[in-house]
Amino acid sequence: MTAIDNTTGTAARAGTATASAGGSGSGAGRGGTRAYRRSPLRRLRSLPLYLAGLAVFLFSVFPVYWMVVTAFKPVGEIFTRDQTLFPSAPTLAHFDRVINGQLIPGVNFWQFLGNSLLVTLFAVGMGAFLSLLAAVAVARFRFKLRTAFIILLMVIQMVPMEAMIISIFLNFRQLSEASGVQLLGNLSGLLIVYTAVSLPITIMMLRGFVAAVPKELEEAAAIDGASGWTIFWRILMPLVAPGLVAASIFAFITAWNEFIVALTFLGRSTDNYTLPLTLSYYFGRFGTEWGPIMAASTLLTIPVMIFFLFVQRRMVSGLTMGAVKG
Amino acid sequence: MAQTVEPADARADAEAFAPASAEPAPRRRRIPTPYLLITPALILLAVVLLWPIVQMVWYSLTSFTTRNLLPNQPGPEWNGFAHYQQLLTDPAFWTILRNTVVVCALMVGITMVLGTLVGLMLHKLPKWFAGFVSIGMMLAWATPALSASLVFRWLFLPERGLVNVLLDRLPNWLVGDGWLEYNWFLEPGSLFSVLIMVIVWQSFPFVAVSVLAGLKSIPNELYEAARMDGASAWKAFWNVTFPMLRPLFALLLVLQIIWDLRVFTQLYILANSFQNKDVYLLSYYIYQQGFTASPANYGMGSAIAVVMTVMILGVTAYYLRIMIRQGETR
Repeated sequence: MTAIDNTTGTAARAGTATASAGGSGSGAGRGGTRAYRRSPLRRLRSLPLYLAGLAVFLFSVFPVYWMVVTAFKPVGEIFTRDQTLFPSAPTLAHFDRVINGQLIPGVNFWQFLGNSLLVTLFAVGMGAFLSLLAAVAVARFRFKLRTAFIILLMVIQMVPMEAMIISIFLNFRQLSEASGVQLLGNLSGLLIVYTAVSLPITIMMLRGFVAAVPKELEEAAAIDGASGWTIFWRILMPLVAPGLVAASIFAFITAWNEFIVALTFLGRSTDNYTLPLTLSYYFGRFGTEWGPIMAASTLLTIPVMIFFLFVQRRMVSGLTMGAVKG
Repeated sequence: MAQTVEPADARADAEAFAPASAEPAPRRRRIPTPYLLITPALILLAVVLLWPIVQMVWYSLTSFTTRNLLPNQPGPEWNGFAHYQQLLTDPAFWTILRNTVVVCALMVGITMVLGTLVGLMLHKLPKWFAGFVSIGMMLAWATPALSASLVFRWLFLPERGLVNVLLDRLPNWLVGDGWLEYNWFLEPGSLFSVLIMVIVWQSFPFVAVSVLAGLKSIPNELYEAARMDGASAWKAFWNVTFPMLRPLFALLLVLQIIWDLRVFTQLYILANSFQNKDVYLLSYYIYQQGFTASPANYGMGSAIAVVMTVMILGVTAYYLRIMIRQGETR
C-alpha cells in the first residue's frame, strides 16, 4: 500500500471533503490535539473503553475468521456438533476441490475467475474513461444542462437495481432482438450494465478531484501552446490519477460483488457464470458441503479485502460528500 | 499536490468562469465541449438505467407475462391500475410491505446507534488501538454480501452451526433447550433476526468511520466549554456533537434506508427458496414475480417495483434537498 497510501492520507481526505462541501475549513480533520499526558489512573479508568473496542473487533472479525477456519477444516471437523475454534489438522482439500475440481460440472474454476475478471476489468476501464470525461465537463464547464445532469446522476444512483431488474432484463431482451446481438445468456449484457451502474458515483467522486486542479496550470499550458489533449494528458491526468484509482477500485468492488443482474442475465448459461453466481449455484446444489462453500467464499473475498484496505477512507469521503464540514 | 490546493478557489474560479462563457458564443459552429464530454456517459445511463425506469412504470399498467414474449403473440395489453388494485387489496402484499418497513427500520436503527457508539468510542481510544479496531471493522465491511450471507447461514445452521451448538451448551435455565436442532430459516421472526444481524454486521463500520471523521472536525474548544459549564458526556453529545453532525447523520440515515430497503442477495441465500411467502421482502417479491413465478408476471412485478421506487424516491427527495442545500449541484 505504499504508492496509494500516500495519496489517501488524511490531507487528501480533508481536501476532497472540503472540496465537495465548498466550505472554507482549512485546518479541519486534524482532530483534537492531545497535549496532556495520561496518568496510570486515567489509563485504568479507560479500561472499559478498551474492552468495548476489543468486543467490537471480535464481533467484526469473527464471522470472517469462521469462514477461513472452516475452509481449512477437514470434513470430519465440519460435520460434527463438536465445533472447535481451531482446525486440529488444517487441510487444503477444500481449496483443491474448488480450484481443481468442478463446482459446476464441465466448467472449471479458472473459467469462472476469468469471467469475473473480464466483466469487472472492462467495467472498471470503460467506467473510468467515461466518468473522467463527464467529471471534466461537470467540474470545468458551465452549461445549460449541468444541474439537470447532476440531479439525474443523484436520482439514478438512488433507484435500486433490485427494483429495476425486471425492466432492465426486458430492455436487454428487446435490445438483443432489435440489434441481432445476443446480450442475454452471455457476458456482453453484463459488460454494459456493470459499466453503467458505477458511473453516477464515480463521476461525482472524480468531479471533486478535477475541481481541485488549479485552473492556472491549464491556462499556463494553453499559453505555452499546448492543445486540449496535451493539457488533458500531461496536466490534468497526473493530478487526477489518485481520484481515478479510488473511483476504479470502487467500481471494481461493485462489479465483482454484483449478483442479481448476473443471476437474471445469465440464466442457465453456466459457462458464463461469474464467481458469485457460481458460488450461489453450488450452494443451491450441494448446500451441505460447507468446506468447499467456505473455501470459495474466502477466495471471493480476498480481492475485495485487498482493494478495501486501499480506499477505505476515500469511500467514506466519496459517499458522504460534503456532509463533514470543516 | 492537487489536494493541498484550497478547493474554495477552484469553485471561485468556476464562478468567475461562468459569466465568461455566458458571453456571445464563438462564431465557429460546433457542439460545445461539455456536451461532447458527457454524451457517452449520458447515452449509457439513459439506455441502461433511465429508460428501464420509464418502462417499469409502463409495464406496471399492462398485463405483461411471459406469454407475451412468445413469438406470434400479441404484445402486452393496457389494463390500467388493475395490478395496483390487486396489490392494495391483497393482505399478503400488505404483510410483505409491513415486514419490509419493520425489518428496514430495525436494520437502520441498530446500524445507526451501534455505528455512532463505535465512532464515539474510536474517537476516545488512542490512535493505535482505534486503528487496530478499524482494521477489524474493515474486514466486516469488505466481505462480499454473498460470502457474508453464506457464513451466517453456516453459523446458524441446525445441528452443526456454531451458534446452535453454543446455545445448546449453555444451561437450559438460561436460554431454554432444543437449540441444537432449531432451524432459524423457517419462520419470519428468526430468519429476519439473522438477516438483520448480517446487514448490521456489514454496515455499521461505514457509519462508525463516517462518524469518526465527523467527530474529528469538531473543534475541541466546544467540548471544553461544555465541560466548564458542567455538562455530562450525555449532554455534551446532544448539545454539541449531534447539532454539529446533524447533516452527516441525516445523510447517513438516508443512505442506510436506501441500502437496506433493497436487500436481496442476503435474503436469497438465507431463505434459499421462494416457497415460503412469509419471509419475502419487497425486492424478493419483485424477483419472484418476474423470474420464478410461473408464468412470470412482469406487469405485477413492475407494479411492486414502482411501489418500492416511490418509497425510495420519497427518501431520496430528502437526500436531494440536503445535497442542494450543501451546494452539491452547483
